[in-house]
Amino acid sequence: MGAFHSRPDENDIRHLAEKTGFSVEQVEILHRRFKQLSRDEDTLQREHLYGIPDLERNPIRTQIVAAFFDKRNFDKDSPQGTVQEIGFEQFLTVMSHFRPLKLRMTEEQREQLRLEKLQFLFNMYDLDNDGKISLEEYRHVVYELLSQNPQIGNESAAIADAAMLEAARICMGQMEPDQVYEGITFQDFLKMWTGIDIETKMHVRFLKMDNTTLCK
Amino acid sequence: MGSLSIWRLTLVVFYIVVLIHGSSAAYGNGKTPTTSSPGQPSNPVHTFPAPKKEYLPVFQMNYPRIQIPFEITLWILLASLAKIGFHVYHKITVWVPECCLLITIGLIVGGIMYSVHEESPAVLTTDVFFLYLLPPIVLDAGYFMPTRLFFENCGTVLWFSVVGTLWNSIGIGISLFGICQIEAFGIQDINLQENLLFGTIISTVDPVAVLAVFEEVNINEQLYIVVFGESLYNDAITVALYSLFKYISQMDQVDSIDIFLGTADFFVVGFGGIMFGLLFGFVAAFTTRFTANTRELEPVFVFMYSYLAYLIAELFSLSSIMAIVTCALTMKYYVEENVSQRSCTTIRHFLKMWSSVSETLIFFFLGVTTVTSKHEWNWAYIGFTLIFCIVWRGLGVLVLAQIINNFRTIPFTFKDQFSMAYGGLRGAICFSLAFLLPNTFPRRNLFTTAAIAVIIFTVFIQGITIRPLIDYLNVRRTNRKLMTINVEIHSRAMEHTIAGIEDLCGQWSHYYWKDKFKKINDRFLRKVLIKDNRPQSSIVSLYKKLELQNALVLLDSNGGISGAPSLTSLQEQKPTKPETFLPEEVWSMQELLSKNMYKIHERTLTYTRHSLPNEIRTKEILLRRHSTIRKSMRKAGTWQTPAAAKYYSLPPTVQNLQPRLRLRKSSLTGDDDGDDDIASEINFPPARPRLQLRAKEPRRALQPPRNKLETVNEVRTDSRRTPMVDYENRGGSAMSENSKGRGTGTKRALTPMRQFGLFNEQGLKNKEKEDQMEMEEFRYTPAANRREEAREEASDSETTHPLLNRPMHQYKP
Repeated sequence: MGAFHSRPDENDIRHLAEKTGFSVEQVEILHRRFKQLSRDEDTLQREHLYGIPDLERNPIRTQIVAAFFDKRNFDKDSPQGTVQEIGFEQFLTVMSHFRPLKLRMTEEQREQLRLEKLQFLFNMYDLDNDGKISLEEYRHVVYELLSQNPQIGNESAAIADAAMLEAARICMGQMEPDQVYEGITFQDFLKMWTGIDIETKMHVRFLKMDNTTLCK
Repeated sequence: MGSLSIWRLTLVVFYIVVLIHGSSAAYGNGKTPTTSSPGQPSNPVHTFPAPKKEYLPVFQMNYPRIQIPFEITLWILLASLAKIGFHVYHKITVWVPECCLLITIGLIVGGIMYSVHEESPAVLTTDVFFLYLLPPIVLDAGYFMPTRLFFENCGTVLWFSVVGTLWNSIGIGISLFGICQIEAFGIQDINLQENLLFGTIISTVDPVAVLAVFEEVNINEQLYIVVFGESLYNDAITVALYSLFKYISQMDQVDSIDIFLGTADFFVVGFGGIMFGLLFGFVAAFTTRFTANTRELEPVFVFMYSYLAYLIAELFSLSSIMAIVTCALTMKYYVEENVSQRSCTTIRHFLKMWSSVSETLIFFFLGVTTVTSKHEWNWAYIGFTLIFCIVWRGLGVLVLAQIINNFRTIPFTFKDQFSMAYGGLRGAICFSLAFLLPNTFPRRNLFTTAAIAVIIFTVFIQGITIRPLIDYLNVRRTNRKLMTINVEIHSRAMEHTIAGIEDLCGQWSHYYWKDKFKKINDRFLRKVLIKDNRPQSSIVSLYKKLELQNALVLLDSNGGISGAPSLTSLQEQKPTKPETFLPEEVWSMQELLSKNMYKIHERTLTYTRHSLPNEIRTKEILLRRHSTIRKSMRKAGTWQTPAAAKYYSLPPTVQNLQPRLRLRKSSLTGDDDGDDDIASEINFPPARPRLQLRAKEPRRALQPPRNKLETVNEVRTDSRRTPMVDYENRGGSAMSENSKGRGTGTKRALTPMRQFGLFNEQGLKNKEKEDQMEMEEFRYTPAANRREEAREEASDSETTHPLLNRPMHQYKP
């Protein structure tokens, strides 16, 4: 797939912009950022992302970085496993999950966008890619989310458990006595998000202006 | 029902009016030339011919002395009664906004007063309005402003309120001035300044009714916050403009330097207000840091400091509204963490109470004044005012939205814009400002009449139609009130992800600034302002809230918090059972007896002025316990026993209750070992099968039905109900109504233990028997379990609950 050489030409950029829904300027800016992160290489590796100082304080940066190297998020053909390095196109595709809504969108497009965004989030929880967020995975995420305050380290497991039970209640309704709720499937995940318009929340404002020089 | 209550109200109204009329007539007749001052009771003025000096007056009436507070009390009562009156009949308030009804009642009262030639009360004066009626309204709005949403949409809110208000004021003012130039209308004497002043008055939107509708239909957050914020800041700006134009309109000549100074004044007034608000907000937060031992005074600080901010800003002629709003915004976060749960509730209720009283009074007076005051009706002026109000508002929203849409990630759609423009109702503040124009002001009556006409038009026509219109347009909605741990976790995770992605692609936006602020906040502000400085994630606090909810729901459904461990505790504690009863236990037994037997007289509660009574909660729990026991007695022998009760009738041999019990004990004694117990309970090895994991913590596992979650999070509309009442009101019908489409009825919601196979077969079979036993046990053996409960309640004066896993020493005085 098209890992670019140092300077992508017009056509490539336009092609990418069409494919990912970014504007041409945004693609250019992101490309510059990509180069900056990858130290002028054509591919990006995990270490590069871990090296971003601003990201260091982020409690779930492992998941965020992992999302970039997760095939499910950019490879539609074989959505399995992880890769060691990604090219610019993959980088852009992952970023494209965070595009804001457009003013004019049909209901189907909106729904599609919503599904994509939720799938991305779901993948961040579902580490082993079995289509289910198991209790261990859930606990892990909650633990990381709360890892900044040391006092509540113990409570995080309890919270995850409570959340899991809640999920079971919401999704399964009444269960048989011997039934066990194994994990949150994507359908359940959708069910929990019902009524919350994630499409208006989960977005990054991709600027049209270049300020990469200001960031480390 | 509705008509009945209205009749009753009318009677009450008539009675009160007659009373006031008669008494003030007496006052007029018997008045001595020197009016008595209220501060000198030793020199009373008699309304009836004074008895001879040498006799001690056996009976005397001193109406003038109490007249003012008496009449104010009556007015407030009357207005509040009216409010109760039409809330009795729900269907009215769904379709007709409250303010319409208030105005209507006011009109009726005004009509009666007019027919008996009573003058409208002199209560509404400039000082009264600005010093007493306005502050509660804006304080309430500022305090309950959803902070997070506001800061996320800060720019848009300010854009619409500042630029929008200026646009409306100047637009309406100038076009009305144009109308005044037409000779045929006969209003050529109104000059530009006066028109501008009127334009300012009339451009104050006050969309309380609209916000109520928005909240009910769960309109999307962006629209909601913009309308909310606009109404708030718009007041501040209008009041600033109002005093500016009032000043200018009384000048003979306006130079350009005056306009320049006016503009400068506008900014000084605004920013000065914000500075004072910040100052007092921080002072208030800092003060509540030290109130741990004087809990009952906590609400005072909130009110007094914000009022002080208001007054000081007024002293320097700065924007007092800005000051009080900023003060409330600043302190809210810190104060709510410092004060006790109860004080927090008190603060919220008081704010709601005061603001609704003020607003009720203003609308009420609007109705009364409409009938009783002199009017000057000018078709052209009033008609064009109305038209310009609508046109300029519509245009303003359209233009401003087009501009701001370029800067917003989620632009406003045309539907949003329409709702925003249509939601521009005029209200209390608009009326007050018009009514408070000085009497010497030329054409004051015309302005008042026009303002009243616009208010009545917008409130009645737009207020009533906005709901069907929103439904019809299908404006984008969101479920703002959904509060589950899952959603909280997911949205936190999402936010962190977004922040991470922003960092990754080197973009800054509000998450960046939020991060920065959070850092400063954690590093400096919290350390200084918060007593118990432990950074808390919102997930944890939500979890705790839900746990508390959970406990209360269990309490409600099972009739006793010690339901579960009661069986175990009976066995555990029998050996160590003390011979004597604890005082709390005796008290609870007495309470039990007094509740269940015929009531001869009420026991008097111990009263001290300086501390809050602690009995209330225990009492409440007992009360509820009785009611649920009664309920289950009725249901005994059927399968319809509350689901939670099944869980609690687990055989005492179930091991998983042991750690819980230990936890309870440790939290009762308040020693620090509690933490270890919690740890041992929570840190179960992940290698175990899941089924076991579940069984490990059934108690925290039990989630309350979803609709209950909303009660902790007291939202704006919830003001009329206290949370406690809420639990009581929890009926099956309300539940199924709220949880439609979710398939979580009472029974389902409360049966999670079944899902995990916790509930063994034997338990199922013996269910009935055990229920019966439990009841028997409660009735005849008030031994260990009740003692534990009493002790727990005694040690549990704050709303902490052992389930919350908080170490108790925090709460020791």
